[in-house]
Amino acid sequence: MSGYQALVSARFRALLQYRSAAIAGFTTQIFFGLVFVMVFEAFFRSSTAFQPMTLPEVTTYIWLGQAFLVLQPWNVDRELQTMVRSGGVTYELLRPLDLYFAWFTRAIALRTAPTLLRSAPLLTLAALFMGFQAPESWAAGIAFAITMFGALLLSCAITNPLSISLMWTISGEGVTGFAPAIVMTLSGMIVPIPFFPDWAQTIVRILPFSGLVDTPYRLYLGHLPASDLPILLAHQLLWTLALIFLGRWMLSRALKRMTVQGG
Amino acid sequence: MQYRLSFVMLSVAHLLATAVEFLAVVVLFNRFGSLTEWELGEVAFMYGIVNIAFSVSDAATRGFDVFGAMVKAGDFDRLLTRPRSTVLQLAGQELTLRRVGRFLQGLIILIWASNEMNLDWTVLDAGLVIFAVLGGAALFAGLIVIQATIAFWSTESLEVMNSLTYGGVFATSYPVSIYRSWFRDFFIYIVPLASVSYFPTLAIMGRTDSLGSTTLFQYLSPLIGITFLAITLQFWRIGVRHYRSTGS
Repeated sequence: MSGYQALVSARFRALLQYRSAAIAGFTTQIFFGLVFVMVFEAFFRSSTAFQPMTLPEVTTYIWLGQAFLVLQPWNVDRELQTMVRSGGVTYELLRPLDLYFAWFTRAIALRTAPTLLRSAPLLTLAALFMGFQAPESWAAGIAFAITMFGALLLSCAITNPLSISLMWTISGEGVTGFAPAIVMTLSGMIVPIPFFPDWAQTIVRILPFSGLVDTPYRLYLGHLPASDLPILLAHQLLWTLALIFLGRWMLSRALKRMTVQGG
Repeated sequence: MQYRLSFVMLSVAHLLATAVEFLAVVVLFNRFGSLTEWELGEVAFMYGIVNIAFSVSDAATRGFDVFGAMVKAGDFDRLLTRPRSTVLQLAGQELTLRRVGRFLQGLIILIWASNEMNLDWTVLDAGLVIFAVLGGAALFAGLIVIQATIAFWSTESLEVMNSLTYGGVFATSYPVSIYRSWFRDFFIYIVPLASVSYFPTLAIMGRTDSLGSTTLFQYLSPLIGITFLAITLQFWRIGVRHYRSTGS
């Protein structure tokens, strides 16, 4: 276990160094959050019809989304990307660690370090000036915290197949270029899932991605009752397991056909 | 262009990924019916113009993207020794066609929107759309020039500017009239993206502006984008004069 721990903490500390990126990300996310909030305000002004969520709920949801944006599987570890391209990935094979879980721990560091830098200041600002509200109840807050942990594991389990796909493409692009947009949309990051057409909601809820955003944030709002926690958590963990198996299978395939570029 | 298959696949993939983004807009219109006084077709029209304009400027200004790294490495010195303008050299640095996906997607949505709104295209309207795209591309290029100019002083290009480029695309895909006044004024007067999406769309749709602009202004407004680029290029020249090599 200690090997993985060392890897997490080394990557974590390295990623904490990217402070200017954090500041840039912070302003970008405030900006996007503001636009989303104002667009929803305008939509709510346009219609008096019943809506599946209220404007204050949507606002809080949007700020949670921006604060934890970097927790989502929207990119891959840049160091891994260079390693695959340069052939340095072979060194990874020499380490006395299971490669899949070594990359999984990397993903954990990649997801948590920037989130820690950004989320607290962003949510504080949003609570002071931009309509972000506290969880609906203690139970809602606790259910949120637990499912956020589930969302982190799920996010890493999605990140890993993306990283592994790099081993097929050499250029280090391809799936990683467009998969994030699809993941973001299906998770409810762009538009909350309750606003989706009814037929789409059923499908989207079964897919793994709703566990990333929709589950924790709507528990926070009390929009999903905290008593649903067991089933929601099971949904997150089962998909996490399934995606881990997928990732491991992809990795073993990739390693069998890997040609190391010498030099 | 050697990697033809991979190029086609990437373009298709980007097309799909950005199409998903537009689906979000469609979903919301389905729920709410309209966005204040705007219909989906009209918002789609602005979305199309802004995305086409951004993809054009993105393809033409890749060199400025790597400019921060060039300054850091001292590679900019080489450009200065050549008898051509630095701006032209940087623009020609790296012409990527990867953004073809965004371009196609914008075009498809623009055509769909004009169909949806039953537009009768006149030569004047078609001219205005092209003018708006050029004005928009100039404006985005101007933002990228500003970002690169800052690198003369900070030797690092500021990622914060991304909220103005990518964020600007996102924000002005919607009519600026829906925003709170301070935010709207920002995109009319400071980073005048409204002049290439909102105002020309009003003219083409033949609507009166709730903000009170005249039709003549709406037809001429893309000029603002071109003026914006001209001004930023002046800053660039000042920057080049201030340039000191890092010496590495």
